[in-house]
Order: sequence, then structure tokens, then C-alpha cells
Amino acid sequence: MFTPHTKHDVEVMLKTIGVEKVEDLFSEIPSQFRYPELDLAPRLTEMEALNELENIASANATTKDFISFLGAGAYDHYTPAAVDNLLQRGEFYTAYTPYQPEISQGTLQAIFEFQSLICRLTGMDVANASHYDGATAAAEAVILAYGHFRNKRKKILVSRAVNPEYRETMRTYMQGDESIQFLGDDIETGIAPDLQKFIDQIDHNTALVMVQYPDFFGRIIDYKPLIEKAHEYGALVAVACNPTALALLTPPGDFGADIAFGEGQPLGIPLSFGGPYLGFFALKNELLRKLSGRLVGETTDVEGNLAYVLTLTAREQHIRREKASSNICSNQGLMTLAATIYLSLLGKHGFKQVANLCYQKAHYAADQIAGITGFDLVDETTPFFHEFVIKCDEPVEEVLEHLMHHEILGGYDLGQAYPELKNHLMIAVTEKISRDDIDYLAGVLSEENHG
Amino acid sequence: MADPTIFDLSVAGRTGVTFPEPDVPETSLPQGFLREKLPLPEVSEMEVVRHFTKISQKNYAIDLGFYPLGSCTMKYNPKINEVTSRLPGFAFTHPFQPIETVQGNLYLMYTLQEMLKEIAGFDGVTLQPAAGAQGELVGTLIIHKYHKDHGDTQRTRMLIPDSAHGTNPASSAMLGFDIVPLATDARGNVDLEVLKSLCDERLAGIMLTNPNTLGLFDENVCEVVRIVHEAGGLVYGDGANMNALLGVFRPGDVGIDILHFNLHKTFSTPHGGGGPGSGPVAVKKHLIDYLPDPVIGILEEGDEENAPFYGFIHPKKSIGRVKSFNGHFGMHIRAFTYIFMLGQEGLRDIAEKAVLNANYLQEKLKGTYTLPYDRRCMHEFVLEGFWKDVEGIHALDIAKRLMDYDFHPPTNYFPLIVKEALMIEPTETETKETLDRFVDVMLKIAEEARTNPELLHDAPHNTPIRRADELKAAKDLVLCCYTGDDWPGI
Repeated sequence: MFTPHTKHDVEVMLKTIGVEKVEDLFSEIPSQFRYPELDLAPRLTEMEALNELENIASANATTKDFISFLGAGAYDHYTPAAVDNLLQRGEFYTAYTPYQPEISQGTLQAIFEFQSLICRLTGMDVANASHYDGATAAAEAVILAYGHFRNKRKKILVSRAVNPEYRETMRTYMQGDESIQFLGDDIETGIAPDLQKFIDQIDHNTALVMVQYPDFFGRIIDYKPLIEKAHEYGALVAVACNPTALALLTPPGDFGADIAFGEGQPLGIPLSFGGPYLGFFALKNELLRKLSGRLVGETTDVEGNLAYVLTLTAREQHIRREKASSNICSNQGLMTLAATIYLSLLGKHGFKQVANLCYQKAHYAADQIAGITGFDLVDETTPFFHEFVIKCDEPVEEVLEHLMHHEILGGYDLGQAYPELKNHLMIAVTEKISRDDIDYLAGVLSEENHG
Repeated sequence: MADPTIFDLSVAGRTGVTFPEPDVPETSLPQGFLREKLPLPEVSEMEVVRHFTKISQKNYAIDLGFYPLGSCTMKYNPKINEVTSRLPGFAFTHPFQPIETVQGNLYLMYTLQEMLKEIAGFDGVTLQPAAGAQGELVGTLIIHKYHKDHGDTQRTRMLIPDSAHGTNPASSAMLGFDIVPLATDARGNVDLEVLKSLCDERLAGIMLTNPNTLGLFDENVCEVVRIVHEAGGLVYGDGANMNALLGVFRPGDVGIDILHFNLHKTFSTPHGGGGPGSGPVAVKKHLIDYLPDPVIGILEEGDEENAPFYGFIHPKKSIGRVKSFNGHFGMHIRAFTYIFMLGQEGLRDIAEKAVLNANYLQEKLKGTYTLPYDRRCMHEFVLEGFWKDVEGIHALDIAKRLMDYDFHPPTNYFPLIVKEALMIEPTETETKETLDRFVDVMLKIAEEARTNPELLHDAPHNTPIRRADELKAAKDLVLCCYTGDDWPGI
């Protein structure tokens, strides 16, 4: 199937090597362990395999079959056809990491453009070639800040309104050092953590303050006072952000963030049950030397032509080994390409249009739902982007089940990650949702209440 | 010459893709939070397509030619994988859908866990790690937590053979382990005497790559595992080189405790120009409870009428979550498709042909290039990229000259224990004709090194760019493109 050898090839090759049979090539493996019996299904042709895979896929319900209001970190946006068409060029997706610049200018230039797009979107000075996803980018922000103060500042202050999976992942990454303290997200504060109380915890022992923008609950918060206080105490500030929202909102670079990072999935990457996505990561010039992950820079070749190469590799694990700033040795290559093409296609106008559609439709949905007895918009005053929280009189599980019978994926049950938010449903609305979809949702919810 | 960037192509007023006008009543935007400028490019769809098509043509890729890149397993990426992973039934599922709506996904992930367990001889698997390096991190996290749970906080030393990948020490360092390099003996195996001398109550574990980065199967592997276990340490297997062992040998059978897979090497998922990878981790029974949270399991057994009901299981002593959601599901589909098509018979064929191809190349090249460890190799081997009687020629020159003949160079300067290393891994998908052509070129380059060394020094000659000035890139940093005064630049 995937091995081209004819019987004759094998004979000639074995003769050249000087052994009789293929098995002889494995004589150094302890014989009692050689050729174990494997309990696997018998081999299939491509035609049969595709059939099987189609069967497996058909056991799922999808956001195509259902109207989906699920978000909480991954969003169902429309991806223009040209994105995947270009992604499927073998020159891109079957290429290796661009360590040999002479034959990798395509990948290198695409990453260089990705870095540039992320800088412009976030208002930061430098972006790397990406981390695995939003959660690992958050962990890398913690590692960076902790190392920046030579492990002397022990406090990582993180808002409870930062994505729970990000908070879990950064704790996992740092468990080798028991002296590090994660604070700020331990008190059950619901969807509106007291910002002033949070700010008051910043001190000279704080390495990093992390907030989300819009926050996990979709709310748009003014972080300027927080950043001022953090900088007064010399701490770094990392802002997790939704890239789509940044088409409309003041970018973190403009209000003083030291690090801006986030989940890049909304930029033309399919939901695909959670991955692969990408974690974008950008920062201020002053922190450049602390940045982990791949970086592409401009240079010239021996003839003076403009060229791109991986640069500052001396920070990386294959050179510095145990002294490296991180063990990361890949980037989300093809996913960064998808984001680059997506942003190029939509450009300034299309991208703003998408963000505005999300905003408008989400607000219409919030209004409609808040008008139904038994469903309340929890925060009526703070501005929000495309996601909002509804308190239900009935258990969210029941509401969601009822919606599912009407082919609606109703949203994210906040009680899963926030014990204090039982009966709270988080609803996300993207440009793919029509007014009819929203009216239908509102109709079914009214039924729920009266049924 | 580089193409213009996407920003250079921008003309004010153009757009590639537009969206419908809002169909809902308008709500005013949140004043005070709005950005003034959105400095993104303005380019038509066709210009975008031409731009990315053009730059793609400056890449070398498996679909274009031979990639004998040691330790990277640049095998053919079957096209069917790209079809199955894009099936709408998979691609349009949200990670937070109720589990009863994603039984297909969960079945696929569960079955892939089972297949990987079976292939490598382990008892539990997590698919969560995003890449090999993150798999290693999961391994070191497990080793750290395991010793902590057993009150063995003095176990701080991680032994790492000098032939290991650079990620091994970096991953261990992230958990605060002290890295102790372990010497390789004259045959390329772990030096048992040195190993014994390092095994005491401070031993946390060993990170062992087998076949190692010299492409050699460690003949002492059973001894190594025994010695480390007797000293209370755990054995981590770096599975980067599993391609040589499929259907032939299971690392779990000799007592290795933890192993990561690289789906993008062994199981044919594409490298994508540097990612995304996928690095599932397998463990033996005593470590199942430490796996990242969650793993996929059966919540209700099936019977004759009903399929089992799959869902998430939360390991009791889990090290925690290492990334968002469920790992690189798109890669799981591709690897599943591949294993599904191969079965036991096909997997064994993969390993056998990979090892056959490598030994054939080794045999053909070893007279002309020095083979420092002259043994039966597995899926790859390492040559010296210089000759004592030829001055001024380095592995780099040979690597660059190969590009002129339309081959991707081998991995060079790694492993560090071979001077001017050229690490060659042909993989099983290459034909004998391609291997013969590669041999001819390698022999020709060896001759050119003596007769016309400038050809090597100046190489490559006919690539999209010539040798690039990497020092300049690091010195005069330009990490992002900017145009005009709307962009502060750096």
C-alpha cells in the first residue's frame, strides 16, 4: 500500500546488505520479544477505510446539523473556501520545519506574515510563530514572567474570569516548583469578580497579572487601572484575548499589556472537536529575549536578496538543551498558515464586518432571551462582545436537553467549571447565526418555560 | 528573491471576502473601547490565492521529493488522511458538545488509544499532548508526581544519554530535575557501568530513545530497564523512532514505564511546515492514574443491541490538563485512518521496509563516508560529513550541495556525539530507484569535495535563495513587516 518494494527489489537489497531475509535485519532485538502478536483489525483498502470513517463520523451531530450557540473558547465562524484550498497544497502541508531556509522560503515567509498580522492585531511589537493553543500560551506566559524575575517573584495573579482550562494548564506546567503561588482565582466570585479587590492583591512579589479580554464570560473590561498598578509594582501583565474581538476593540498593546496571547482558532480554523488550533503569543520589545518558541526574521542571502530564516534559535531547546526557555520544538505551522490566509482574505474590512456581525447578533440574542420569563441576563451593565451569561430558573442540563430535542446546541453550562454558577448558561453567537436561528432559540426557550 | 509580502500587495479599499449585512436591529458599539485603526491588508481573493500559491512553490516538500531527514520520519502522508480528517461529521463538532452527540469522535479516540496500547505494549494512553515535546513533558510530570506521591522527593536526577534529542533535557528541566548525561559505549549502547554508577536513591528516571539517535537498537535495553527499576527509577521511552519497531517489538514488553508517540512521524500525519504534531503518551498499569485529565473511556458497556457509551474519565491522581480541549483531534483521525488501513500485517511491513531501506543506503554509502558505528542499523544511521584528507568541507556543505540535486539534506550536526554528523532516515515509502539516485549523488558529492570543493562551499546554486545570512538575521532583527507610518515597527 504505502511501501513500493517489489519482490525483486527486496531480493537485490538484501543481497547488497548481505543478509538472507528481512527478519535477519532485526537480529539485535531480544528474540523472545520479536514479532509479538497484535490484536488489531485486519488491514483495509482505502475504499473500505473511507467507508468506515464515514460511518464513524455519521455517529456525531454537528454544528451543521444543529444550530450551535457553543463557544467558551472555540467558535463556529465561517471559513472562506480559499483557506482550505491553499492549505491542501502539498508544498505547504507535506513540508518539514523550515530549518533549511534555501528550500523553505514559502513556509518562512508565511510565518513572517503571520507574526506581522498578530503584531498588528494585538498592537504588540513582536509575535512568535505560535504555541500549541491558548492554554499552553497562557502557561508560556507564566514561565516567561517567572523567569523574567529570576524565579524571585513568586506570585502569579490570575483572574477567575480567565478561561478555566488555561488556568488548569498553567498550574500543570508549573508543578515542578512548589514555591510558585497562583492567586486571584480561588474565591468563588461568579461572573463579576471584584476588580478592585483583584488589583489590591498586586504587590512586589507579583511576577505576572493575567486577565482575559473579553473575559471568559464575554465581558469587555477596562484594564487600564489594573495595568497601571501592576507596572507601579514592576509586575508584568498578560492579556488573553479573542482575536475576532480585536477587530473592533482597542488592542492590548495600546492599553499597556506586556504580553498579549490567545486562542487562534477563530481565525479560519475548523472546530474539529478541539484541535489542532494555535496559540498566538505577542509581547513588547523589552521582553523579546525571554520569548520562547520559533521566530522568523528577515535577512539576505549571499547575493544580497531578501530572505527569511528562523532566528534567535540560540534560545531554543535543540541548542540550549536543559537551559532553554521552553521545551517547545514545533509551532502550529499549518494552523498559522490558515490564520494568515484567513486574515489576508478578510482583511481590514471583512474582518471588521465579522466582528460587528458577532456583536450585533449576540446583542439581539441577549435581548430576546432576557425578555423570556425564567431567563435573566446576569450582567446588564458591562459591555460584552459575542458571548453572554444567562441565569436559568431551571437546571441548565434540562434546558440544554430540551434545546437539543429541537436541534439546538444551546451553549456552555458554566456549572461545569464554576460551582457557584450552577443554573448559568453561556451563549455565544457568531456571524453564522441568523436572526431566524435566534428567534427559533427564543421560541423554544419560551416553550421550555411554559412547557 | 523574496516575493512582496501580503502587506505590500495591499491597496486601500480592496477586500477578499465580504459578509452579509446584519439582519438584526443595530446595537451601538461600546464607546471608549473601540480601536482607531485596524492595520490589516486589503487584497482581492485572487491576489491572496496567487500570493500563497507562489510562495508555496518555494518550499521543498514530501510531495516533491526525497527527505532523508534523520529522526524526523518524513514518510509519505496518504491523501486519504486529508479526506477523512475533513469529513464534516468530524470537522464541525465543537469540543463542548454533549457527549451523546459526539459518540463517533469518542469511539475514534478510544479506539486509537487501544490501538496505540496494543502496538507498543502498554496499559493506558492519553491523546492530549500536542506534540512530541509535550508528550515528554507529560512523561516528566508523571515521573515527578509519582515520586512525590511515594515520598521520594530526593529523587531529582534524570539520566539522559548523550545521544538524546535536545527536547529531553529541556522537558526534564521544566520539572526541576537535575540533568545527568549518560555516556554511550563503543557499540553505541548505553554504557552499563556508567549507568550503574549513577543509580542511587537520587535517581528519578532515565529518558531512553530506542532505537537511539544513532539509529541503533540498544542491545542492553533489558539490562538498562532492570538496573533503573532496581534503583527505584522510572524508564521513559522517547518513541520518536517507533517507525523501526512497528509490529516487530513492543517497548512495553521489556518494562519501559512511559512512552510517547509522534503521530506526525510514525503514523503518517503531515508535518505541516513545522506543526501541528501530536504526541500521545502510553503508560504501564502503575501509572494510569497519573495520566492527564481527561482520557476517553467506556462509561456504559455495550451489548448485542447497543454500542458502548463513550465519555471522559478523570484519572484519580492526574497530573492535570496539559492543553485545551481534547488534543489534536484532527491528527488522531489521520493516525487512526492509517493504522486502520494497515493492520498488524501492514504495520510490520512498514517497519521492515523502513529498516531495509536504511540498511541498503548504509551499505552503499559506508565506503565513501565514514560510518562511526558500523553495525546493523534500524530505520536510520549516522555518517560523518567530512573527510580527514579533504580540507574545509563540512557536513553543512554536503547538506547544501544535496539541494542542487533536488534532495532535502539529511539532519546535520546531530547527534552531537558524532563529528559533523549526517543523519539519514529514508523511510519505507521510498523506492529503490530513489535510493539509488541518492547514493549516486552522495558519491558524486564526495568526489566533488576533492575535485571542485567550491561547488560545495557555494551550494546551493539553483534554489529560490542562496545561502542565507543567519548571523545578520539575529543581529539586525526584523521580525515583522511594516509599511509606511501607520506602524511603529521595531
